[in-house]
Amino acid sequence: MKGRVYVAGTGVISAIGNSIPETLKSFENHSSGIGKVSLFDTIHENTLPVGEVKIPNTQLADNLSVNSSLSRTALLGIQAAREAVAASRVNVSKWRTGLISATTVGGMDKTENFFVDFLKNPSKGRLRNVVHHECGSSTELIADDLGVNGFISTINTACSSSVNAIALGARLIRHNILDVVIAGGTDALSKFTMNGFNSLMILDRNPCRPFDAGRNGLNLGEGAGFVVLVSDTVKEETRLKPSCFVSGYANTNDAYHQTASSPEGRGSFAAMQKALAMAELSPENIDYINLHGTGTLNNDLSEGTAVKRLYGDNYPRLSSTKAFTGHTLGASGGIEAVFSIMALEQQCVFPNLRFETPIPEIDMKPQLSFESDIKVNHVMSNSFGFGGNCSSIIFSRM
Amino acid sequence: MPVYIKGMGNISPQKTWGNDPLLASPSDYSGNRLTCIEPDYGQFVDVRQLRRMSRIIKMGVAAGTMALREAGIITPDAIITGTSFGCLEDTGIFLSKMIENSESALNPTPFIQSTHNTIGSQIALLLQCQGYNQTYTQRGFSFEHSLIDAILELKDNPNQNILAGGVDEITTHSHSLQKRFGIFRENSSSLNLLRQAGDGTINGEGAVYLALSGEKSGNNNICVEAVSTFYNSRKLTASVKDFFESTSLGYADVDLVLMGKTGVGKWDRALEAVASVLFPKASLGVFKHLCGEYPTASAFATWLAARLLREGRIPEIVVEKNAERPLRNILIFNSYFEKYHSLVLLRTC
Repeated sequence: MKGRVYVAGTGVISAIGNSIPETLKSFENHSSGIGKVSLFDTIHENTLPVGEVKIPNTQLADNLSVNSSLSRTALLGIQAAREAVAASRVNVSKWRTGLISATTVGGMDKTENFFVDFLKNPSKGRLRNVVHHECGSSTELIADDLGVNGFISTINTACSSSVNAIALGARLIRHNILDVVIAGGTDALSKFTMNGFNSLMILDRNPCRPFDAGRNGLNLGEGAGFVVLVSDTVKEETRLKPSCFVSGYANTNDAYHQTASSPEGRGSFAAMQKALAMAELSPENIDYINLHGTGTLNNDLSEGTAVKRLYGDNYPRLSSTKAFTGHTLGASGGIEAVFSIMALEQQCVFPNLRFETPIPEIDMKPQLSFESDIKVNHVMSNSFGFGGNCSSIIFSRM
Repeated sequence: MPVYIKGMGNISPQKTWGNDPLLASPSDYSGNRLTCIEPDYGQFVDVRQLRRMSRIIKMGVAAGTMALREAGIITPDAIITGTSFGCLEDTGIFLSKMIENSESALNPTPFIQSTHNTIGSQIALLLQCQGYNQTYTQRGFSFEHSLIDAILELKDNPNQNILAGGVDEITTHSHSLQKRFGIFRENSSSLNLLRQAGDGTINGEGAVYLALSGEKSGNNNICVEAVSTFYNSRKLTASVKDFFESTSLGYADVDLVLMGKTGVGKWDRALEAVASVLFPKASLGVFKHLCGEYPTASAFATWLAARLLREGRIPEIVVEKNAERPLRNILIFNSYFEKYHSLVLLRTC
């Protein structure tokens, strides 16, 4: 197990843009993507704001020249994965290429409509609306679109899924099983998740305020984010000039509660600490932390406590970008990995929108404005999920 | 690098737990749905905690506990789970209530327990295991990727105990839905499923966990040698050849090929064709007439292969062709709905 794993390309779609350049512009302009649901019917449309990609399935499919009956999760995934592969200029059919995607809802956006008819009569409901229900099915569709066969995998560790997908990709390359891995995640908004999180009473009725003392829950979002990882050999043979590499990652479990994080953030602390150890970096080497920062009372206090335990008062620039995108669940780690790489490439950091007052217990002030022309050599991104799953990943500039 | 199987737990449509001799009296099912023979869960989980668990979580937790007990491990270093369908029962409950109640007054518990990682995280919570925790959900590769992950972890650090498994359930909703795709056939005897190829299979389910380690201890001598998965392989024989390039064993070393035949002629023929070319002198066996077809059926096969190696014999019910060879190396050659093929190679070591 040797050699670095490089990032050769990235792609993203979320409520703040359909591509890397559009996303960067939204960050520069402090332009949030949180607003009203417009693409499906729900009784919560006027009360629960979301980070929606404002393109209906028919248009997404049209832009991509694919069948519009695909699940939205697959459509978003294809869009972002294609952007990442195009940016990398890697010929996927030339190498041992794998696709590792993460998703929590899979084809749920279709299944929940199918179920309305199916519940009335099990012989009713159009089968084409349920055929892509399984999480792995969205990965198949992305793989087929990219021309990837051989190794494909899907990870669902709730909201930490995509970071684990990228970490698995790096491990398969380091063990010389694959040369190229397209890794990340995709999740579409659905009534199922809106009602699920609403039943847990952790959705903010206003645009979310991560890490603010007055925060009142999260906003759900949707989108996809993928990176193209390559081995040393691929880098040498294609004379690629990657901007950064994967320097560390870790996956731990809080083992505290099915949905709540431990007060001291033991899982998140361990994930950050182990990722740093793997990267052979000390906490001070990190120039920016992209926080999980959902905006719930529990997450932000627990994560903030873990960051404080690691850094004391000398924490680096940090922010949650979920005030821009909403919480994109299984896609969030992939989307935020792309943001982290953007910070390294553009030498910038992103604002934590709508922050006013620090949480009293931790007294932590996130980055308030978009700032460029600063030194960013190492970025850490956190993703935590239900079931106690905690993952951190570090990207480093070449 | 050999990865030792130190303990196993299996809840399946056969009586695969407890002290019964291997497949002594196989259960035969009519119709097209096989259901797990479940143990008394009180032996594995506190009764108060049991009440809150759905059936798939109980099966997963119990199978995991069986594997750890057999291995004499209290807390593993990592928990890795493969499940394609995830927690279908709770997904179905939340979805139905959401529709019936028009999105209001919903109980969050089924939603919380609907995510695929609930099985692995419940085991972590019960054992207070703060280590690596992962869940794969790639249809017919879900269990294989758990094994591959465990092998990678153990290559980096052999001195670990890892719990890796595959779990999938059938629910009333999922069965009536899958039936509409025309993939199952009515059968008067599941044990006879593979005697005649047709155009349908039977639905199965199960929960298997293995306790794995990179270090030998006691008299554990059964190892997972290598695992590989091929999505959409255009040249299956070439893919299998590539796999053997990277292992320490050759084709001729394979004593038994345990094939994932389903009773669907066109899929089964693809497996038979490769087996007859590459492994003409090996014994051939089958397993899906025992556990049914489901995404993590290969976990049942892995359990079965390890038991066969432990006992050094192949029960009649598994045999398709007996080459009368001593049993040291078993290749599981599975397929799942045409596009999924996988190999798991086990050996005594």
